[in-house]
Amino acid sequence: MTMKVLVPVKRVVDYNVKVRVAADGSGVETQGVKMSMNPFDEIAVEEAVRLREKGAAKEVVVVTIGAQAAQDVLRTAMAMGADRAILVRTDDTLEPRAVANVLKAIATREEAGLICMGKQAIDDDMNATGQILAAKLGWPQGTFASAVTVADGRIEVAREIDGGTEVVSLTLPAVVTADLRLNEPRYASLPNIMKARKKPLETVEIDSLGVDTASRLTVVSVAEPLERKEGVKVNSAAELVEKLKTEAKVI
Amino acid sequence: MTALVLVEVENGAVRQASRSAVAAASRFGAVDAIVFGDGAQAAATLPGVTRVLSVPGLVNDLAEPAADLLAARAKDYSHIVAAASATGKNILPRLAGLLDVQPIPDVVEIKDADTFVRPIYAGNALATVRSADSIKVLTIRGSNFDPVAAEGGSAAIETVEAPASEKSVFVKVELSASDRPELESARVVISGGKGMKDAANFKLLEPIADKLNAAIGASRAAVDSGFAPNEMQVGQTGKIVAPELYIAVGLSGAIQHLAGMKDSRVIVAINTDPEAPIFKVADYGIVGDLFEILPALEKAL
Repeated sequence: MTMKVLVPVKRVVDYNVKVRVAADGSGVETQGVKMSMNPFDEIAVEEAVRLREKGAAKEVVVVTIGAQAAQDVLRTAMAMGADRAILVRTDDTLEPRAVANVLKAIATREEAGLICMGKQAIDDDMNATGQILAAKLGWPQGTFASAVTVADGRIEVAREIDGGTEVVSLTLPAVVTADLRLNEPRYASLPNIMKARKKPLETVEIDSLGVDTASRLTVVSVAEPLERKEGVKVNSAAELVEKLKTEAKVI
Repeated sequence: MTALVLVEVENGAVRQASRSAVAAASRFGAVDAIVFGDGAQAAATLPGVTRVLSVPGLVNDLAEPAADLLAARAKDYSHIVAAASATGKNILPRLAGLLDVQPIPDVVEIKDADTFVRPIYAGNALATVRSADSIKVLTIRGSNFDPVAAEGGSAAIETVEAPASEKSVFVKVELSASDRPELESARVVISGGKGMKDAANFKLLEPIADKLNAAIGASRAAVDSGFAPNEMQVGQTGKIVAPELYIAVGLSGAIQHLAGMKDSRVIVAINTDPEAPIFKVADYGIVGDLFEILPALEKAL
């Protein structure tokens, strides 16, 4: 098998951090906040590495778009087993449409046979980049994947849907977006973290790709949602039912 | 301006989230509906829908032919709208890719024809965004828009040929059988967390759900532990619900879970840990052992 798997990853505010809206309403506070690889992207990296370990893929290439600091998620991905990495350097924040344009250029250059990526970034919660990228490449898509099998030039993807699970069979090349149950990502061992430091990491200036990275959305404001008020404690199930009936009038 | 709404029909009835999508789209002007597979008749009776594009040949909601078809029709519309369901989230961003526009997912409020509010960071912030695209591609959160009624309209139905799908083939679907209401449209939801301790204990929720005609949900921790199937997951990456009454049993209230239920009208929490974050959002809390409280609750109802 000679297939190359491209895994786009994103550096985001760590999932354990409760974000705070910036006082000027322009966004959320990211200064001094712990950053990590988007959890869904870790799952995508894991799946790509497993495909290589099973012999279904030849090489796993990770790519991220961002400032120099975004290198750390590439090193993490290489410590998990990715073979090499590409940093597309920019200081701008890109929308999914623009990200897809960049990734299309990289996927074409790399002649990727499969793109495996997280279904959603936990910062902008867009759940869109994989689908946009698949459309722009003219490739089929297997979104919200909970299992994948590569065989005979096709990939079979089990997908999480509202009422259960659906299975689709796609021609390759294809885009797969990872859902939570696809796998449990491995922890990078210390020797592998050391090894990852020596793996190749290429930096590409975003302008050199010559793609449209303009934003179509203007952020008018970012606000805190209305906080719920803490309620009361009741002492028994009977008291609860009484309150739900007479006070909340909900049953 | 005319909006096109992707309407999902299940067992002959329009899904509630799609009726909410029609209600949201009506804010922009006239509404056409498009229905994949059978079910155009159910969409034709939705109040506010003037025309239904029926695509009986496109079964199983495959994203590739669906997006191709929508893209071919897009120039007639100012907005293309779907519920933020698994189907909407699969197809609409792909459509946006074909049209080279930036989709706007999970809209919770429409300010005007170009300006929308959507949650980011698991609902810990609300972003108001203005789109410069000539065709807006939106998915909307059903829980934030009152649905239109199922009956009352009489739209014309136009049958449309389905494009071929060569790159993507449907293999099979496995749906969980349940007589309970859908999570997203249930009036009452009772959810279990890791505190349920195992899958068998989820049965303790059933008699209460029966009495309240409630849907049963689960936290991500409970799903990850194998106590409940994924389609029961409520949270940032699962289902978003906003019932009249949400009962959280043995779940701590992680940020990503709260993102899926904190717009519920009344929240009840049952947990042994008085410091559990779920109590911060609960209207009524009981600190105690769920294995004692659940049978008592069943009896009291």
